[in-house]
Amino acid sequence: MHMQSFESNVHHITRVEGHGNLVVDVKNGELKEVRLDIVEAPRFFEPMLAGRRFPEAPHLTARICGICSIGHTLASIRAIEDALAIQPTEQTIILRKIALEAEILQSHVLHYYFLAAPDFVGAPSVFPLAISHPEVVKRAVKLKKISDDICREVAGRHPQPVSIQIDGFTNLPKVADIQVLVDRMKEALSQDIPPTLDFFASVSIPAFERKTDYVALTSPDEYAFYSGTLISSETGEISARDYRNKVKEEVVLHSTAKHAKGPFNPYMVGALARFNHNSEQLMPQAKAAAEKLKLKAPNYNPFNITIAQVVESVHNLERMVMLFEGLIKTGLKDERAERGVQGWSTKLPPIKKSWGVGAVEVPRGVLFHEYKIDDDGLIANANCVIPTNQNLANIEEDLRAYVPQILDKSKEEIIFLLEMLVRAYDPCISCSSHLLEVEFVS
Amino acid sequence: MAKPKVGFFSFTSCEGCQLIVLSMADRLLELIDAVEIVNFREASTYKGEDYEIAIIEGAISTVREIDEVTKIREKAKIVIALGACSCTGGVNVIKNFKNQNIIRKEVYGEQAYEFDTILAQPIDAIIHVDYYSRGCPPSRDGDELYEIVTAIIQGRKPYIINAPVCVQCKMQDNVCVFHKERPIACLGPVTRAGCDAACPSVGNACEGCRGLVDDPNLTAHEKTLRENGLETPEILKYYRMYNGLMEVQK
Repeated sequence: MHMQSFESNVHHITRVEGHGNLVVDVKNGELKEVRLDIVEAPRFFEPMLAGRRFPEAPHLTARICGICSIGHTLASIRAIEDALAIQPTEQTIILRKIALEAEILQSHVLHYYFLAAPDFVGAPSVFPLAISHPEVVKRAVKLKKISDDICREVAGRHPQPVSIQIDGFTNLPKVADIQVLVDRMKEALSQDIPPTLDFFASVSIPAFERKTDYVALTSPDEYAFYSGTLISSETGEISARDYRNKVKEEVVLHSTAKHAKGPFNPYMVGALARFNHNSEQLMPQAKAAAEKLKLKAPNYNPFNITIAQVVESVHNLERMVMLFEGLIKTGLKDERAERGVQGWSTKLPPIKKSWGVGAVEVPRGVLFHEYKIDDDGLIANANCVIPTNQNLANIEEDLRAYVPQILDKSKEEIIFLLEMLVRAYDPCISCSSHLLEVEFVS
Repeated sequence: MAKPKVGFFSFTSCEGCQLIVLSMADRLLELIDAVEIVNFREASTYKGEDYEIAIIEGAISTVREIDEVTKIREKAKIVIALGACSCTGGVNVIKNFKNQNIIRKEVYGEQAYEFDTILAQPIDAIIHVDYYSRGCPPSRDGDELYEIVTAIIQGRKPYIINAPVCVQCKMQDNVCVFHKERPIACLGPVTRAGCDAACPSVGNACEGCRGLVDDPNLTAHEKTLRENGLETPEILKYYRMYNGLMEVQK
């Protein structure tokens, strides 16, 4: 057998809210280089925020990522509320949790059905799948539409929510509309989730394991998305306010996305990291789903991130039913958030020089926003740490460990598996398309 | 035009516009029937170069993007700009009002010179655009884009309202935000309608994401903002949220 030698350049396979290339260089059966190049145009959100009034931050940072726009809005609001010591009402927190879980459901469904499923059935995209597997696409569209409608009802719109504000909501859902959504979710849980689980129980997940540091929010009260302390499987639990002790962003020349690394080693954030820490707190049907899909914590196979997303999406539906039913029972209080001409309500505590951190789990992992606010209510300084940036170093480590294990396979198979590994991290929606430009070194 | 081939392209943006396209759910399946999607990087592996209609999201903010968007224009018969970033430059333009060397260093440190970045611009600063589907995100869950594509297939002019947001806001029975007990600054009087006044209808105000209406009465609007207590720096910041390049736009 000849020794594998090739250089592979996968253009636009992966992106951090943008475009990315995967570069693999193998000479005489030896791995020379694995690199994930992020070539996305830099956006400069942090300097854009500086000098703007703090209530504009949630609106602006939502534009960092369409798919996670509710997550960014909430991380931003929580950073501001942390800085100004604002305590939102219980009803506000419940509605925020619902909006966040709806967005996570939407993103997960998009990834595992629209983007991963075509791979599992050997189709290039979801479009031909609409003809060959119409039932799969119809299920995906139905689940996605439920999450769209919940986001619209609670957040006013998705992507780019309008009614989620600092200290509350400017508009509240109606109980009758919530009831319809609850019924639709219950129907999805009984009719659409079982065949979804059958589908993903039947797909084959490549065998690969590499134990890494798993980092997620955790809370004694629930499977944490909205708030919690920051837990690492290697370095233990810290307050989210101290996130800089765990996360350090580095400028890497081949990437416009800054790589975030723990003080010692690369780490993983996202569905599998959350599952590994918090799986005991999953809702009952989600727990049963994990069992059916043979996913047990701790799991060290990054290909299983997709499977963990399937499990989380079941949990999202159950949680939203539970939270909505609680609201129906107590009725919704009309406590709408106000905003004045300056952008903030007089009900807020006095605006003063302050500092705050907001940490929220979004589909791809924990997201941090940190702001310094000055006496005039202007943002002096902002820092946003995106989940995919945190995963980049870990993805490269995985690729380094995985390539030597599959060098006996054909070039095409190797590239397919490496792309699949990168896609499993769901770096962003468009990373899942794959256009290859491969050069062999002869 | 019989079953036109469509390509979706993405530049500097949050990619939320393509998400809206995916959210068109049932209509997406209908659209698959009426057009052939040959290039949709977000959702598909296949990358065809034989598109007739190019739908482009995102602003232009690197030299590489200028080359790419120029090539797309050469191949496509019809170009549709999708979303605020593509139509007005969107929020990306905010960075244009900062010292570029300083902000690059703030984000990328001493290696800042390594990164390709220029002032953010709408795509029509570089190429000719045939149709605009505006808004951040594209208004009314993609209805306007759907209307444009349908009109192209049917060989007619798309119906796109040319009036300020106030017109549609009234039709939603909203109390004017300037008349509320605690007024909110609103760009509705000078912003192009087409969104059914989505933001004022849920207790917020218009931030101008659809760009300025033809012939906006900016003087009167500025006066109203001042009467409600806003001063020049705030007014400018407000306009520069989505319309930083208004003075150079048609």
